[in-house]
Amino acid sequence: MAYAWHWEIFLQPAASGETTYLGWMLAGFETTIALSLAAWIMALVLGAFMGVLRTVPNRLWAGMAAIYVELFRNVPLLVQLFIWYFVLPELLPQAWGNAFKQLNPFLQQFLAAHVCLGFFTSARVCEQVRSGIESLPRGQKNAGLALGLTLPQVYRHVLLPMAFRLIVPPLTSEFLNIFKNSAVASTIGLLELAAQGRQLVDYTAQPYESFIAITALYMLINIVVMTAMRRLELRVRVPGYIGGK
Amino acid sequence: MMYEFDWSSIPGALPFLWEGMKISLEITVTAIVVGIVWGTLLAMMRLSSNGPLARVATGYINLFRSIPLVMVLLWFFLIVPRFLEGVLGLPPGSDMRLASAMVGFALFESAYYAEIIRAGIQSVPKGQVGAASALGMTYGQAMRLVVLPQAFRNMVPLLLTQAIILFQDTSLVYVSALADFFGAAYKVGDRDGRIVELLLFAGAIYFVICYSASLLVRHFRKRMDA
Repeated sequence: MAYAWHWEIFLQPAASGETTYLGWMLAGFETTIALSLAAWIMALVLGAFMGVLRTVPNRLWAGMAAIYVELFRNVPLLVQLFIWYFVLPELLPQAWGNAFKQLNPFLQQFLAAHVCLGFFTSARVCEQVRSGIESLPRGQKNAGLALGLTLPQVYRHVLLPMAFRLIVPPLTSEFLNIFKNSAVASTIGLLELAAQGRQLVDYTAQPYESFIAITALYMLINIVVMTAMRRLELRVRVPGYIGGK
Repeated sequence: MMYEFDWSSIPGALPFLWEGMKISLEITVTAIVVGIVWGTLLAMMRLSSNGPLARVATGYINLFRSIPLVMVLLWFFLIVPRFLEGVLGLPPGSDMRLASAMVGFALFESAYYAEIIRAGIQSVPKGQVGAASALGMTYGQAMRLVVLPQAFRNMVPLLLTQAIILFQDTSLVYVSALADFFGAAYKVGDRDGRIVELLLFAGAIYFVICYSASLLVRHFRKRMDA
């Protein structure tokens, strides 16, 4: 079977808009990056908060945080995304639901995917933060309290700064996952990288070039993130701990 | 006005949903079995002292671990069938979606299993391999009779956790419109205009299955620690 390779296809003007097929690909790339970074910030903030709740002495708060984690961990990401996108707008008060549906479609899809990935990943971040805090010697917390710090102060000045430094390696893999998971947003029509790949196959009739290029871009993201995080790991590692100096 | 739920389309659709669940389970089981077998081979290749073999395995594992599952599935639904049609001379448009899904998942998951198994093999003290070869065992025998049985014992919780993730991920065959459990639920909801109920129902079923399975894993882990 002779396949006619046409890598120059990407420079041809695309079927719609004033750009080339390369332009489509880059637009998808930008959406993937923007979506993943936005969701990552949300996941970090929310995950850190829930992770702290998981470890507080108050049984009620800790229990609620545990339910939160189980809920987001045991339902497939795709199902969660569809619930955010199709179900939630129906269940909200009607004015809110309508307001959502009147946004432009790109914004609706982006928002749903952002919230979905943010919550989904926050449950994983939460477990990492919890294990980071629990891995610290109990004496650290007690020493903080003995010095007259309040519990929130102990978390803020003693436990969290250490815990975060310890959990950089597992957080790296969650950070990589969020880029990969963002491809699920293509199922609700968001034109991120994977969806652009599909579209390129349809429009250019050059499936191999299209998919190879898109796959390579995902690998590029992976390499860049891994390199950056390794640098961060080296800078923040704790002397005396495994992997430390 | 609050949304008014109407669950009446679910009871009649249960047989169809069950058919979908069978497809989900079929894909899950195939991918677990093939994934563990192929993953074990990959892990052993990666740890072997044969340079080229180790590099091939490492390349394979890194490749599959750096691209999204959705992308892998799209390759297996859009590109590979056309390629096979050309190579094998099949009539165009043959439905290979289920087979493609199984192969795609198996190849993808084996990269993840390989890393779990590699860690398991490395958790067995090195002296055991030495002891086995001192007893006159070949490398293959040492692996099969001494190292792997212990490694797998240590890995059971991780392998099961990965299986739960895999089961959840099978919902992504949605991208090929294959009617697995999620696809079936979506189709019923779309047909009856009851997307809200069907999606919530599907989510609840996934939750019950995966949460029960994770409790089981926790139970195993506790028993092993004891």
